[in-house]
Amino acid sequence: MLGLNQKDTKFLLIVVALTLLTPFLTQPFAESSGLAQFNAGYPDLMQRFAIYGIFAIGFNILFGLTGYLSFGHAAFLGVGSYSAVWMMKLLTTNVIPGIILAIVVSGLFALLIGYVSLRRSGIYFSILTLALAQMSFNLAYSVLTPITNGETGLQLTLNDPRILGVTATPDGSIPATHLFGLEMKSSAQWEVFGHLFTFNVGYYFCAVMAIIAFYLSLRIFRSPFGMMLRAVKTNQTRMSYTGLNARPYTLAAFVISGMYAGLAGGLLASMDPLAGAERMQWTASGEVVIMTILGGAGTLMGPVLGAGFIKYFENIFSKINDGVLHGWFAFLPDGLEDFVVFLIHPFVGKGWHLTLGLLFMLVVTFLPGGLMEGGNRISRWYKNRRNKGTDTDEGTPHAPKSTPHVAE
Amino acid sequence: MGILEVKNVGKRFGGLQALGDVNLSVAENTVHAIIGPNGAGKSTLLNVLVGKLIPDTGSVMFDGQSVLGRKPHEINQMGISRVFQTPEIFSDLTVLENVMIPCFAKRDGAYRMHAFETVEDEVDIVQKAEQMLLDVNMQDKLRMTASSLSRGDKRRLEMAMCLVQEPRLLLLDEPTAGMARADTNNTIDLLKEIKDSRDITMAIIEHDMHVVFSLAERITVLAQGTPLVEDTPENIKGHPKVQEAYLGQAHG
Amino acid sequence: MDTFLLQILNGLDKGSAYALIALGLTLIFGTLGVVNFAHGALFMIGAFCAVTLSRILNLSYETIDPEKKDFLGNPAVVKTTYVESWFGPEAGAWIIDWAVPLGILFAIPIMLLIGYVMERGLIKHFYKRPHADQILVTFGLAIVLQEVIKYFYGANPIPTPAPSAFKGSFDFGVLLGMDPNVIIYPYWRMIYFTFSLVVIGAVFSFLQFTTFGMVVRAGMADRETVGLLGINIDKRFTIMFGIAAAVAGLAGVMYTPINSPNYHMGMDFLVLSFVVVVVGGMGSLPGAVLAGFLLGILESFASMNWIKDILPGIDQIIIYLVAIIILLTRPRGLMGRKGVMEE
Repeated sequence: MLGLNQKDTKFLLIVVALTLLTPFLTQPFAESSGLAQFNAGYPDLMQRFAIYGIFAIGFNILFGLTGYLSFGHAAFLGVGSYSAVWMMKLLTTNVIPGIILAIVVSGLFALLIGYVSLRRSGIYFSILTLALAQMSFNLAYSVLTPITNGETGLQLTLNDPRILGVTATPDGSIPATHLFGLEMKSSAQWEVFGHLFTFNVGYYFCAVMAIIAFYLSLRIFRSPFGMMLRAVKTNQTRMSYTGLNARPYTLAAFVISGMYAGLAGGLLASMDPLAGAERMQWTASGEVVIMTILGGAGTLMGPVLGAGFIKYFENIFSKINDGVLHGWFAFLPDGLEDFVVFLIHPFVGKGWHLTLGLLFMLVVTFLPGGLMEGGNRISRWYKNRRNKGTDTDEGTPHAPKSTPHVAE
Repeated sequence: MGILEVKNVGKRFGGLQALGDVNLSVAENTVHAIIGPNGAGKSTLLNVLVGKLIPDTGSVMFDGQSVLGRKPHEINQMGISRVFQTPEIFSDLTVLENVMIPCFAKRDGAYRMHAFETVEDEVDIVQKAEQMLLDVNMQDKLRMTASSLSRGDKRRLEMAMCLVQEPRLLLLDEPTAGMARADTNNTIDLLKEIKDSRDITMAIIEHDMHVVFSLAERITVLAQGTPLVEDTPENIKGHPKVQEAYLGQAHG
Repeated sequence: MDTFLLQILNGLDKGSAYALIALGLTLIFGTLGVVNFAHGALFMIGAFCAVTLSRILNLSYETIDPEKKDFLGNPAVVKTTYVESWFGPEAGAWIIDWAVPLGILFAIPIMLLIGYVMERGLIKHFYKRPHADQILVTFGLAIVLQEVIKYFYGANPIPTPAPSAFKGSFDFGVLLGMDPNVIIYPYWRMIYFTFSLVVIGAVFSFLQFTTFGMVVRAGMADRETVGLLGINIDKRFTIMFGIAAAVAGLAGVMYTPINSPNYHMGMDFLVLSFVVVVVGGMGSLPGAVLAGFLLGILESFASMNWIKDILPGIDQIIIYLVAIIILLTRPRGLMGRKGVMEE
């Protein structure tokens, strides 16, 4: 189906099912239970799962397949956001034109940056992308203020022309973003057995985009083009002595991943019509690197898992404060309770980035293949234990070997 | 007129004259060996032939076209393939994929983006690659990752990757360097088989005289960057100048 | 001419910081072959060494002075710092005033220790891993260090003044026989520049004139051969990492009066320092220093008003622009060895 073999079709269907059922899956605890704080089924968070999933899938097409480690991908996300917001200011708050423009503009921008930075490989490529992205960030903050609105960020106002839409709604407010009339922020709620499920238009829109993005990435992974990209990563010398020019392949991968980032940026702006330069900063580029590596670079599902993992725990950890901790450890004797809370305190709440940094170091050091490799190790270990001795080392079912490294 | 014509090629690195005035003609469908003591300029010559180095003087013509100033991938597209001293393969990819990539390069040129076909859909390329691997006796290793192959198999795989492109000229850079005797003999047999079964020109740079004399139809002896003699193996064996070059090296 | 000189002077303090950080980065890259994204964090930790010392020196105890009354008529509580009570009021006040320069002594052992622990505990395991892994793990470490500092010191910049003797500016122009008030230059910036020259000189003479330095330089040129000679190069490299950490730390200590330290200053400087290293030539120590000063000065020129009028925003991007041009036209940088970073 859809040009996929049976195994991949099944795989895609599972991904589609998981994506569509996210409002249920992320809401496993009843509202009244003490564990309700671990639920993640609110529109805002679910949207971010899908959007950052797209961002990471795109980044993985570049880094996972070719091994080129870009430290400037957030620039494309930012450019996508700006483009989409401009479309909503000038044309209409329907999200479609904004997203199309976001993809086109970030693709062109990626073409420019890729053309320059892909002339080098290894760490020089990383530093070039970093420098170019940081340059864009600085420009967005300074000279380009007429386009980016500087530190305040680009927003919709009541003075925007919106020639195909309305400048203001009848009641005098800024029109909401919508898809042919279906407002992004509108949700339906369903309460059953104390569980509250929210079905948000914005989330489902992002989810459909994410499924398309995933499907395209699956096709690329399985295509001769994907094979060439893996060849670039493995051995560029042999590549050129085989009569292949590596540069257009890497540039194509770079532009594709830039367009994915642009789509993600456009979606961010569609959910909340606001674009700020901080979205382009290199720490934001670092975040997508972390997501991809944490999940498993070079695997199909890894980046999505990584993005979901990070966005989920970012949200949960940020909510845990001392009061919550004391609640959890109330069963301990008083002195011990205070001590345990004291120990955990730096890592939660505002300390989420500390936990993230530590986690990232641990993954890079001990599990370079990320969560996917971890999962495979566990399942292999389990299999080996079950059929003792008969070693069935099947490796990853739907992924090339995933040792991330820079193409030298 | 040979398929490969090297005329008056000279290359200097700083104060070192790596190649003096090299003239060489490789006739079509022959195996031509280039031998010489260490530092004779064999590797420099090879790097000139594949476009990695640009000589200071002279010309290199392949089939009537100049190869100078072209990039390695362009030279390969002209019909020259190269086997390296240590096999250069795509070690993270499977054996079959390793052989399919040159098939794509041969069919589609230096770049073509097939992003929406699957690899399996390319039936003729898969078949061609499988046939090639059958020819080099690796049909049972199609799905193995190339990095897990033995050294000898890696060499075989690299040869298969070159041959599947049906090159008009195959350059071999010390194909048996660092190999055990048995592996060397296997490689010689493989090369003999290749030579007998297809129309191919080979230029071999080699240290091992055993390899050279079992394969070559024509031998050029290089010493201090200039060709000393060019002749058939029988005549080279007893040639006084050659012995002098090698013995002189051994004594000096 | 005088504006020209003024811009050069204005570029020196940032240039000094770039040069010192880039020097450390290059030492680490050249000796250990490791790309250290946590080097900016070491600069930041150095700055917080100065903050910490100043806080320690300001530790005080409270006494009740029966002779003085507060506004309610109760006996007044008087705070006395320990330093003052140990060394006497005058010497004590002097020590507190000189917290930043004293921070150098305080920071050296701390930075050496941090460098040692970092190298033995983490970096060591990444020598044989790809550069990308090194970038990633040190990037993780940089986040961790930054967050730890943020946890203990908060997110706001902490003003840490220079000794009162060096506050204010002096008339540099008069020294050169110019009219008064043409070139006014803050004392501390001059000191920072001089200090950086001393540190750079010390590192270079250490590498040039000691046996240890000779081995390290040989190791930078050809690691394996030196290893074969039976010299324990790893141990020396550990020490080198400590020294690089100390250099970054010292740069941070002395930088505190110029810009109040905050937890993200390291990241801000890191990106630019990497650019500096690339411009100077990866692996070239003189290149790193030269490029550091050059780019600092260039940045200062680009922020002149008439230049900004012609090319708006140029001051924000000049360094990146130079780096991109250098990388594309002369990939080995200003003074890099041939072949070091060419494809």
